[in-house]
Formats: sequence, C-alpha cells, structure tokens
Amino acid sequence: MDIIRLQNVKKTYKTGTTAIYDLDLNIKKGEFVFIIGSTGCGKSTLIKMLYREEKPTNGKILVGGLDVGKIRNGKVYKLRRKIGVVFQNFQLLQNSTAYENVAFALEVLGLPKEEIHSKVIKVLDLVGLKSKAKQYPNHLSGGEQQRVAIARAIVNGPKILICDEPTGNLDPKTSMEIMEVLEAINKLGTTIIMVTHDIDIVKKLKKRVVLLDSGRIVKDYKEGEYKK
Amino acid sequence: MKAFRILGRNIRDSFKSVFRNFSLSLASISCITITLIVVAVSIVLSLNVNNFTELIEKDVTIVAFLKVDITKEETEKVYDKIITLDNIEKENVEFRDKMDISEEMMASSDKFKSFMQDWTREESPIQDTYQIKVTDINLIHKTAEELKEIENIDVVQYGEGMVEQLVSVFDAVRKGSIAIVVALIIVTAFLIANTIKITIMSRKREIEIMRLVGASNMNIRLPFIFEGLILGIFGSIIPILITIYGYTALYDHFGGQLFTQFIKLIEPTPFVYLNSLVLLVIGMVVGMFGSARAVRKYLKI
Repeated sequence: MDIIRLQNVKKTYKTGTTAIYDLDLNIKKGEFVFIIGSTGCGKSTLIKMLYREEKPTNGKILVGGLDVGKIRNGKVYKLRRKIGVVFQNFQLLQNSTAYENVAFALEVLGLPKEEIHSKVIKVLDLVGLKSKAKQYPNHLSGGEQQRVAIARAIVNGPKILICDEPTGNLDPKTSMEIMEVLEAINKLGTTIIMVTHDIDIVKKLKKRVVLLDSGRIVKDYKEGEYKK
Repeated sequence: MKAFRILGRNIRDSFKSVFRNFSLSLASISCITITLIVVAVSIVLSLNVNNFTELIEKDVTIVAFLKVDITKEETEKVYDKIITLDNIEKENVEFRDKMDISEEMMASSDKFKSFMQDWTREESPIQDTYQIKVTDINLIHKTAEELKEIENIDVVQYGEGMVEQLVSVFDAVRKGSIAIVVALIIVTAFLIANTIKITIMSRKREIEIMRLVGASNMNIRLPFIFEGLILGIFGSIIPILITIYGYTALYDHFGGQLFTQFIKLIEPTPFVYLNSLVLLVIGMVVGMFGSARAVRKYLKI
C-alpha cells in the first residue's frame, strides 16, 4: 500500500523558476527512502511539498490519504499531526528544555499531563536521551539536539517521518548514530523519507534511493541497488 | 475537557514567556505605561474642563423684571405662567422682592443708602424679579422671548450675546479636548501594537516550530493573545496608581477647586475608579489586538 503518492507534480515558484517537473513517485508504508541529488535539483522543494510548506503548481500529492495540495493554510495542522519532520538545524525552542520541546508536540493536541509524561519519557529513552531531559538545547551537543528533534517528531506516533538533511550539521560518527536511531524507528513501522548529501550514509544503509536532477527523477534504485 | 486543558496550558505558557522574554516584555510594558500615563492625564484634564464649563453654564440665570405697580395676586399669576414653560428648572424659579433688593444694595454701599433709605414700597423704582434657570442653555434665547410674552413681565435679561459667546467657546473647548483624548488613544493603540509586534517578531522561529509540530492557528494565537493581555494589565498598573493617588492628592491639595471658586474639580470618587477602569480596558484590549495582529503575519492565513 502506498502511503505517499505523487502524480504529475510540477512546482513553479512565483519568480518563474520551475523546481519540479512532472514528477511521479510512490512510497510504500514502512519504506525507508533516500532522496539524493546535487544542490538545486529540487530535493528540498519536493520534501517541502510533502509537509505542505509549499503547494504543488500542478498534479496531486497524497500523504497518508490527505490531498496535500487541497489543504487550506488554516488546516495545515491536520497534516502536520500525521507526520513528523526533522531538519538540518534541529528547530528546537531554545527557551525550553529537551523534555518541554518534545512535550510541546503533545500539548498542542490537548493530551492529559500524565499521558504526555509517559510518552515523552518513552521516546526520549528510545533516542537515548532520557538522562538529559532537563537540559536546554544550548547545553546539548549537535547530535543530542537532533535526537531531541527526532523524539519530538515521533512522539505523536506518526506514520511518516520526513527528514531534511538531518545529518548535515553533524560529524560522520554522530551522523551514523543518528542513522541508527532512524533505522530503529523505521523498524517500528514508520515510513521514512530522508533528503541527504551524505553518500557514505546512503551506501552503508542500502535502502531505496531516488536520484533527482533538475527537478526530475533520473533513477530510482531499489534496496541495495545503489553502489556508486 | 480537552479545550480547557489547552486553554489552561496557553495561559500558563503566556505567563512563562512574559518572564522568559523579560527584556522585551519590559519594553512593551514601559511603552504601555508611558502612553497610558499621557492618556490618563489628558482624560483627567478633559473631563475636568467639561465639568467646569458645564457648571458655569448651569449658573447662567435669566432675570425677569416685573412691572413696578404689580399686585401680589398678579405676581403669583406670573409665577404660574413661568412654570408652564418647557425649558426651565421648575424648582429653581426664585422670587426676589424689591424691598429685599434695596436692603442688599444699601448694605453694599453708603451712597445707595443715603438716597434709598427713605423709599417706601410704592415709591421705589426697583422692580420685583423672578430669577430663572434653564435646563438647556442653547435654548435660552427662545425661553427669554417666551418670558417676555407673559403679562406683567416688563423686561427680561440674561446677559444676551455674552452667554451665546460663552456657550460657543465652551462647546469648542469641550469638543477640542475630546478630540485630543480620542487622538491620543489611537496613537497609543498604534504605539503599543507596534512594540508588541517587535516582541513577537523576535519569536518568528517559535511560531514556525509551533506550526511544524501541528499546532492549529488558534493554538498558536491564544498564548500570544494572553501574553498581550498580561502585558496590557502590567502596563496599566502605574497609570492607574497615578490616577487614583495622584488625582486624589491634587484634589485635596487644592481643596477641590483650582485658583478660584469658579473652577471646581471633579470629586475623586468614583471619578478616579472609572478612569482606572478605562485605562485598564485600553491596556488589555490594545495588548490583545496588538499581539493578535502581529502573530497573524506569521500564520499564513
């Protein structure tokens, strides 16, 4: 079953630049997909359309059964609650502790305090940060901050996790640790789409790889096919 | 239940962020404080000017001089006719006997006394009068004309010309002072809204993250609106204290009147409390709308 489906998707920005041309892509439930390509190939645009930061100009995007192009700005939160998003720069609230950052994603849903507490502790444990729950982001290392961001993205139990260069700011060793966390999450059944520049990671993990160039898919490698 | 939980969290978060962003909160609070003090002073001034002009206008009296040879019965008939008129304060129609008037005049000056003391009631050229107060000073001319029509009234005087001038000057002063207060409130609203806007602009990232983790627009807006409310309340504390204690002290110091007994100040109670309420409401409403407007920009509605 496809959890993400893109049909004939085209994106032209107001400036007239076209970032994505007639793109078709299906991602199955539980898959781990890397999206790679050189800078400016349309990776970021593609992924931004998945969490409705950008709207497609043409075509249809279905994410977890929602027609993303048709969601009004005021209703974007409905999509955001179904997916998790992780960024290169972590996007954490600097004035809140690790615990509060993760809990925040549940507070907006109006869950009871006890339920929030048990879920946050569980997910911080999963990413290996239970002992640092009370630390503020600026007291955590880059890798630890990214773990907090991942914990926040998955605490709500989303079916899909979108990662926009999550290892971009991290050294190779820390990057691999983050990838281990992501793989563990994937094994629990979450579909992961990850944009990356890091070819070493892609080679090591042997997952499905979609290669973009100038806004088009030039190659879709099945699991283990990508070797270059 | 869920809605209450979200509301409770919003209020808690608003208080938290007022203190976590303390320097910017302080900037907003100071801005609100200073502008509301200006507004408070202008309201107090304007209402006192209004009060004093109204008191003076109330003091304007029409004097109706009765014919010299009038009998007592006729005098009473005149009274009955006067109180049928529309624009007069019926309980404030005062008869003054000519003998009383000459007594007063003699008491005030020996010169008067030297030639007035021998006058009998019949000889006296002084006329009995009715002193009449009107309810609407703008219609005073018409009322005076109506009084002139009454039988046995000889002359009617009310300071014609001067009263009309006084009324028009006071009217302009009142309108001007109200216009100044309204203009000040509008300027205040913009100033406060802009300061809060700067506070919120520094938290653009926070709003983006809120959107990212699936907070609905209402969910994002509410804590900021509460925050604006809190800033507004904090900002109006000093202006309210200044109004209550400052005005009361001023009133006591001058003994309720400014320079002369003609300029009476408004009594502090309940005046200062009503004023404080107005200041609080301005602070709260402007704080709330200011922050709601600022957040709106980042919500992509």
